[in-house]
Amino acid sequence: MKLILCNTAVVLLLLSLGACSSGPPPQQQAADFPEPVFAAKRILPPDHADLTAVYDPWTGLNKRIYNFNYHFNKAIFLPVVRGYEAVVPSAGRTGVKNFFNNFEDLLTMLNSALQLKPNKVASSGSRVIVNSTVGVFGLFDVATAMNISRPMEDFGQTLGHWGVGQGPYLVLPLIGPSNLRDALGKLPDTYVQITVQDKVLSQPVGLSAMLLYPIDSRANTAFRYYQNGSAFEYQMVRWLYSTKRELDVKQ
Amino acid sequence: MTIRKILQQCFIGLFATLFVSATFSAIISKEDYGYPITDRFAATVVGTPDGFQAALPESIPFEGRSITIFPERVTPDVFFYGSKLLYSVALQDSKAPLIFLIAGTGASHNGSKSVNMAKAFYQAGFHVVSISSPTYNNFVIAASKTGVVGHAERDAEDIYRVFEMIWAELKNEIDVSSFNLTGYSLGGFNAAYVSKLDDERKSFIFDRVLLINPPVSLYNSISLLDRMTQNIPGGINNFNEFVDKLINAYTNTYNEGFDAGGGDFLYKVYQSLNLKDEELAALIGISFRISSGSLVFTSDVMADYGYIKPKGMELNRYSVLDVYNEVSLRLGFTDYYHEFFYPYYRADYPNESRDEFISAISLRSIEDYLRNTKKITVMHNADDVILEPGEIDFFPEVFGDRATIYPYGGHCGNMNYRDNVARMVASFGKAGGQQ
Repeated sequence: MKLILCNTAVVLLLLSLGACSSGPPPQQQAADFPEPVFAAKRILPPDHADLTAVYDPWTGLNKRIYNFNYHFNKAIFLPVVRGYEAVVPSAGRTGVKNFFNNFEDLLTMLNSALQLKPNKVASSGSRVIVNSTVGVFGLFDVATAMNISRPMEDFGQTLGHWGVGQGPYLVLPLIGPSNLRDALGKLPDTYVQITVQDKVLSQPVGLSAMLLYPIDSRANTAFRYYQNGSAFEYQMVRWLYSTKRELDVKQ
Repeated sequence: MTIRKILQQCFIGLFATLFVSATFSAIISKEDYGYPITDRFAATVVGTPDGFQAALPESIPFEGRSITIFPERVTPDVFFYGSKLLYSVALQDSKAPLIFLIAGTGASHNGSKSVNMAKAFYQAGFHVVSISSPTYNNFVIAASKTGVVGHAERDAEDIYRVFEMIWAELKNEIDVSSFNLTGYSLGGFNAAYVSKLDDERKSFIFDRVLLINPPVSLYNSISLLDRMTQNIPGGINNFNEFVDKLINAYTNTYNEGFDAGGGDFLYKVYQSLNLKDEELAALIGISFRISSGSLVFTSDVMADYGYIKPKGMELNRYSVLDVYNEVSLRLGFTDYYHEFFYPYYRADYPNESRDEFISAISLRSIEDYLRNTKKITVMHNADDVILEPGEIDFFPEVFGDRATIYPYGGHCGNMNYRDNVARMVASFGKAGGQQ
């Protein structure tokens, strides 16, 4: 619980930083300049729907957080990840990844139950049981070797399953692309994960786990801010994220 | 008809047969080629299935670096992240030949095709320096002199400058026995012009040059790719619905339970969805449109031309770009050539008409050079989707036995196929610093 409070405090702090720092720079208006060769009003049909439309009423704030995330990744997060990769050998990192995946499987099991999906409860449940025992506290992914499939369900998907829409797009500080529904969904998931970790891990191990978890997930995420070759990266990421989550809910 | 004439004709016929078989000796027959995907659109989209790929090391010391090309340049704030050119190197410990590698349209120095090529070359004992395509956002921002890319000679000059500056930084770090050059797709096209420039400037004196699936006429290839978006049922305005439809189909397949994580994922999706050629073409068209749209906007901002962004209007890192994204997705790359590229350069080429200017961006313009430059070899596919019918003949005609033509593979789909990788590496001869 402490961690959630901490996280919330950090998030609020960052939001206020983002909002207060320099104030948004003034944006020039297209109307004050000569029309380009292909002006929007010439190209876009009057009743067009955006091709990559995502509901994003908080664009201004989102873009600032996106930008903050870029700098945070560049200055702190990625150097830490590189340090982790330099210090911990590959086998160790795989163990760490498996360990956290085991907790994710547990969350999948619970969320599958909430969505009344017995097959997914069975496979994620078997994964947790096999990996926690034969796989020594989840350090070894025996379940995958046994061909037990690995579904992924979180509370955001559970809400989606019961008809809750994605809501406004939201870029979370440190974490990245999300939406209102998925962001709220992270709270119960995180709460469960921390409670379980608290129960099964001794305090020093639990603390290191909390520290390692974000590093491990970053190390296993290929995404690099502003290195995707698109001048419209913000829009592409927003569209891909929303499309992917739509797909996740349908499964 | 005299006996003499008949004999003459027989000789000519015999000669022609001999000549043809000699020139065409590098055309691989269907029977001799084991690449499994015979549909050209599917090959382009899907690539090479797992069991058919070359054995490459899982990882190599492929290291990202950056370099400032124009120290005086003030980067527009909207592209604040792109002021330094990013590139990658994989360096041997001892003396070895070096290969410069140019990525294809809209692709980066560390895209999957470049990484796989780097692995193959590094494994064979070469130093590798990999750069993004001059059409890649970061390259346009950091390394294009004018910002208006797609001009064969000028792009070659930009690339050459980059190579020279990278080499100036690397030369104290590694021992190089020879310089070599390769590129795939548009990068192959670029490589031909860079090789020609090097023959004039002689900074590297490339030993061998390999072009993989290059276009012949850039404008023809772009027109073909532009037209592929017309395969979206209902046109580009149905982009979203089309993608949704595919995703739905995919979700259904996915529910039937196959592993989404494997490297063969796309292949399995392709097999299970049973996509029609038009749908695959639409996918290729969409993917091309997304990169060309980004490129056109980047060029527009860098040159402040007033193409889709009003001239003089400054954008910063917080500006909402949605409307430019939407406009750029609805414009073809051919529109860029007619309404931006040609007007932009017109003053520099007063004697050329629009059509002459645009059609000169073609390997045919340097045909004599290519014909006579024995160090250049080509790997291409007879069914490449970016070539007009008959354009493939340009390669055996001009390169003779320096061209290897595979019967299948679409556009770059077979680049990871084991035979192709072996041929690709072999075309650079033996590396001096074998591991």
